[in-house]
Amino acid sequence: MVKLTINNKPIEVEEGTTVLEAAKKLGIDIPTMCIHGSMEPYGACRVCMVEVCSGKWSKLQTSCTYPVSEGLEVLTDSERAIKARKFIIELLLARCPNSKEIRALAARLGVEKSRFRTIDPEEKCILCGLCVRTCKELISSSAISFINRGIDRAVETPFKIDSDACIGCGACVFVCPTGAIKVEDIEGKRKLEKWHTELELAKCADCGEYFTTIKELDRVIDKLGLPKDMFTSCSACKRKKLRKNLSISI
Amino acid sequence: MKRIDSISQLEKTKTALADKRDPSKTCITVCKGTGCSASGGAGVADRFITEIKKKKLAGKVSVRTTGCHGFCEQGPLVVVHPKGIFYNKVSDNDVSEILSKTVVGGEVIERLLYIDPATGKRIVYEKDVPFYKKQTRLLFGNNGKIDPTDIEDYVALGGYGSLGKALSKMAPGDIIDTVKGSGLRGRGGGGFSTGKKWASCQKAHGTEKYIICNADEGDPGAFQDRSLLEGNPHSVLEGMIIGAYAIGAREGYIYVRNEYPLAVKHIRVAIKQAGESGFIGKNILGSDFSFTIKVNRGGGAFVCGESSALFASIEGRLGEPRFKHVHATEKGLWDKPTVLNNVKTWATIPIVIDKGADWFARIGTDRSKGTMIFSLVGKINNTGLAEVPMGITLHKLIFDIGGGIPNGKRFKAVQTGGPSGGCIPEKLLDLQVDYEGLTEAGSMMGSGSFIIMDEDTCMVDIAKYFLSFTMDESCGKCTPCREGTMHMYNILKDITEGKATMEDLDTLEDLGRMIKETSLCQLGTSAPNPILSTLRYFKSEYEAHIKDKKCPTGVCRKLLQYSIDKEKCTGCTVCAKKCPVSAISGEKKKAHKIDKEICTKCGVCYEVCKFDAVKAG
Repeated sequence: MVKLTINNKPIEVEEGTTVLEAAKKLGIDIPTMCIHGSMEPYGACRVCMVEVCSGKWSKLQTSCTYPVSEGLEVLTDSERAIKARKFIIELLLARCPNSKEIRALAARLGVEKSRFRTIDPEEKCILCGLCVRTCKELISSSAISFINRGIDRAVETPFKIDSDACIGCGACVFVCPTGAIKVEDIEGKRKLEKWHTELELAKCADCGEYFTTIKELDRVIDKLGLPKDMFTSCSACKRKKLRKNLSISI
Repeated sequence: MKRIDSISQLEKTKTALADKRDPSKTCITVCKGTGCSASGGAGVADRFITEIKKKKLAGKVSVRTTGCHGFCEQGPLVVVHPKGIFYNKVSDNDVSEILSKTVVGGEVIERLLYIDPATGKRIVYEKDVPFYKKQTRLLFGNNGKIDPTDIEDYVALGGYGSLGKALSKMAPGDIIDTVKGSGLRGRGGGGFSTGKKWASCQKAHGTEKYIICNADEGDPGAFQDRSLLEGNPHSVLEGMIIGAYAIGAREGYIYVRNEYPLAVKHIRVAIKQAGESGFIGKNILGSDFSFTIKVNRGGGAFVCGESSALFASIEGRLGEPRFKHVHATEKGLWDKPTVLNNVKTWATIPIVIDKGADWFARIGTDRSKGTMIFSLVGKINNTGLAEVPMGITLHKLIFDIGGGIPNGKRFKAVQTGGPSGGCIPEKLLDLQVDYEGLTEAGSMMGSGSFIIMDEDTCMVDIAKYFLSFTMDESCGKCTPCREGTMHMYNILKDITEGKATMEDLDTLEDLGRMIKETSLCQLGTSAPNPILSTLRYFKSEYEAHIKDKKCPTGVCRKLLQYSIDKEKCTGCTVCAKKCPVSAISGEKKKAHKIDKEICTKCGVCYEVCKFDAVKAG
């Protein structure tokens, strides 16, 4: 166990815990954008910066990546930490001035407008990489990746054309903190416009409604190694059937 | 060279090879480093070989093509040994004359001698050239004596002797103590104690450890690492092998830019020859120690010189940095303990082992030991590479060795440490060059590149240039570096175009400080340095651009205004005829006028006016 203080409040946590996790245990709120509980921290958005002090030195660090250590003093509300977080959100606000989520976070941090110029007012992506990392680490598809560098960095499919690797699971849409990725099911097809990809949907054998992409079903069957006929119905019909079977057996 | 399986055999081979070199025999060394090759050195070397055959001098004269000697400004360089007669700016056409007059006739060709600009005198011998005389060439000294593609040259000069000493007489701990005691600090710019780094890697858990040579030199104006790899690759390999033995690594990598084709070629040849000779591979010099080295070519991203991005690149992942709360010495390449050092650091190791810690620690300052190779580029007479002890003053380096500023212009500033360094002004010319000295002045040691600027340089424009480099090279992973550098660049662009306000200047300074505080890696934390240092030392230039809408040096074209002095204009009409956009009007023999709305500020009128009537300002 490791003892540290956050905003002068003492806490004891397990070794390997991050400052962000420790702060959460104390009920101290630190804003985040690029972290997700099921993935490794990435430290890219810099919204969660705090001041860490040990002995004579003190420096700004991203709390999502910084591991606790014995005697560490963390300040989440020091002038330096607050200024850093405001600066970062100001940069993100200039990048995505019309993002509801960014505007809300900026307001929470006391930033009403940015001193910096906006290039594309319609921009929604803050390049946190959650979609890229989810697709790679959790879905094992790597259908999307970062391209270019610097201010031209973007998330794209290879060659900016429809992706063979995308299974249309929509996990990228789910994890995106700013709603920058859209998915639509129209006329038996799932459209992920941002990834230039369209996938065939599977019809439920019972109710006849489209419920997921054929590719996603194939992936699940392949991963679980279960018989194909277990995956012919949508989850609502599956539940219905289960209820029926249960009542019969009772 | 045959495989060497023991220390005694190494000594015997060295003696035999040295004996083979008849010191009285004429040997012509031709620099074929990248600088001299660009000015025709390769052709000169080839011509010597054909002319020697033609003149039937094969038994009497030998030719050795070498790597960079450092005095690139005067290339191609040719030195006639044993006397050491130094010819500069030699062309193919001079080769026959050198052979018949100097080699056969013993005569010195005055025309090809170097003229010392300070005294106006011609200098005959290499050792007397002031550029070399004032240097301490520990790492670079052998570049002129070695054919980098021939391991025998290196061994004949005592090469791999330090490896022999380390393997036979020193335990790994002794080597680390020696490196620690020498005070050697990382030559890639970080300045971390090399010995301490090695010690922490040696102590780290695990048997699988790695050694990496960082040759991803990317700073504009820096070519020290390139020249060492091209000119003396075995010195780098020897350092790496000793390092591997000290920390217990069995595998090493050289991460080198693919844009350095000659360096890649020479290091590959060197690895092959070192392998055949028993210096790399299994049971090195008959010991239990085995070590291999692979070459990994970089894809051209500047950020891959940063350690964690470099590891990612070798591992085949996207070359972007990651947070580093655990040192690479514990979790580096493939998450294994790794020592990553710069080319110059590795090349220093054999010297430290050979001469000992105390000898090395006597060179330099209290805090920074040994020598450093600086590249001198920009507005300087002696463009090239100079190796000097740490602690030399900027003045000595720039004026005594670098030969000062061309065309009688005045020195204005020097940008040290590459695009992420800072600009140091004239008033700090007496500054002692070492890690701390440069940092305190708002700059850094970095790769050791010195870009010298004269009175005609606009400091706002130069800051904009350096920032455009880091902005382009930012990987874009973290918000402050990606977004912040772009905003800084936009403000600088506005300033140079006369569109900025004093409020923008405050924003620029704040951006610089905050990007430094909040970026993920060193590319971001150092990117604002050129701006912050020019704001510190040259704020009045920024203010002139903003308040007066004037660029004091006349570099920023958008702020230039051309006008015609009525008194001086004779109405010759030349400017009006030459103006590509017909912005000048006026009757013959009467004063002309420039229409500022049409004028594109190309400057043609200014250049063609014989009466000094066109004014720029």
